[in-house]
Amino acid sequence: MNLLDNLYKTLIYDNRYLFFLEGIKNTIIIAFFAGIIGVIIGIIVALIKNYHEKTNKLKTLNFLASCYVNIIRGTPTILQLMIIYYVIFASVEINIVVVGILAFGINSGAYVSEIIRAGINSIDKGQIEAGSSLGLNYPKIMRYIIMPQAIKNILPALGNEFITLVKETSVGAYIGIIELTKASDIVASRTYEYFFPLIIAAIIYLIITLSLSKLIKIMERKLNNVNS
Amino acid sequence: MLIVKNLEKSFGKTKVLKNINLEINEKERIVIIGPSGCGKSTLLRCINQIEKPTKGKVLFEGIPLDDKKTDINKIRIKMGMVFQQFNLFPHLKVIDNIILAPVKLKLMSKEDAIKKGKKLLNQIGLAEKINNYPKELSGGQQQRVAIIRALMLDPDLLLFDEPTSALDPEMKQEVLELMKDLGKSGLTMIVVTHEMQFAKEFATRVIFIDEGKIIEEGTPDDLFNHPKSLRLKEFLDNIK
Repeated sequence: MNLLDNLYKTLIYDNRYLFFLEGIKNTIIIAFFAGIIGVIIGIIVALIKNYHEKTNKLKTLNFLASCYVNIIRGTPTILQLMIIYYVIFASVEINIVVVGILAFGINSGAYVSEIIRAGINSIDKGQIEAGSSLGLNYPKIMRYIIMPQAIKNILPALGNEFITLVKETSVGAYIGIIELTKASDIVASRTYEYFFPLIIAAIIYLIITLSLSKLIKIMERKLNNVNS
Repeated sequence: MLIVKNLEKSFGKTKVLKNINLEINEKERIVIIGPSGCGKSTLLRCINQIEKPTKGKVLFEGIPLDDKKTDINKIRIKMGMVFQQFNLFPHLKVIDNIILAPVKLKLMSKEDAIKKGKKLLNQIGLAEKINNYPKELSGGQQQRVAIIRALMLDPDLLLFDEPTSALDPEMKQEVLELMKDLGKSGLTMIVVTHEMQFAKEFATRVIFIDEGKIIEEGTPDDLFNHPKSLRLKEFLDNIK
């Protein structure tokens, strides 16, 4: 009966499951929107860098893009989060979850850009040359020739990045976001018992990340069927 | 139609092309020969600006190609290229490979492009491969599709960069035959190749390049039967 007692204490008593629901909600919201922001930033940064490599144009933008990627990859996520919250948004009234979305999105964008760049570079350069020789410009070559082929190489790595992102949202606790890890911590501090709250949180993370990898696998298979 | 003036190309410190001068008129069929690494492919790639020349000028139909005001993509519509490795788009079916450029460049409606594509594929006996992916085709078939892909844009000039070097002997022939047919139809062509027999039968003018320079040029008879320079004589002896 010890197990049931503990579950009762962790989830039911005093409506403690509400903390977990709040945590799940914030974790998913932050990961989802940060993922979207990350992909958008990642595509833009990857294209700027690739276009610069190919044509030697866009020097300033390429420099800024390189700085961005280096700074994000070279400093801890926690620090970036705190800088954005305590420094950049110090004097602004802003929802803390939105800060989380922005911070994790900006962070993820740097990694996504490198994933996309690697995907683009994995395509034989003869493909770009063939596209150019037919009078197609850079955007058209990317859109109709390179990206449809690169996506197969990009998707698995992108899946990993999304899974990392879900787990990284736990860092949000540092600025007071009640995400899943923080929620389990709050519950534990009330039950004076860490085992059950933390294990429950771990199981929920696993469910989210495993579903995510399953989803990516399905997308990969679909793509492989289309572009066999 | 095409003028190449004092063209030079270096990769780092290596000079690949030195002071190339060339004038090509309509309906000429130029074959460029020379030992491997002599710069003949680089010359072709400089002509359509896939490779940026280090020095010198290329004028196509009177337009300087390195000029900032020149839209090189517009020029390339009129100057097609066929590659050694075919470079078909592996994610697209044969028909989508050949209609991609004319449709996306809005030169033709999709229906017209498909109609034209089917007609051209029919002429080379590949009509039944229309919905196949490139990897389902033999090398020779892939290269002929690549030629059709270039022809879809009605180019005034077609460049061939060792179009048969990646092919088995029996497949070479089908590609060379198609090129001869194109020549007969009056298309201006520049072909870089190691196929000497083909050069003899096909070319209106042969150009011999060695160490980045044009050593000799003239009719096939001039070059193959009466070579003047020692280097061309050596080259021809070596490949016999």
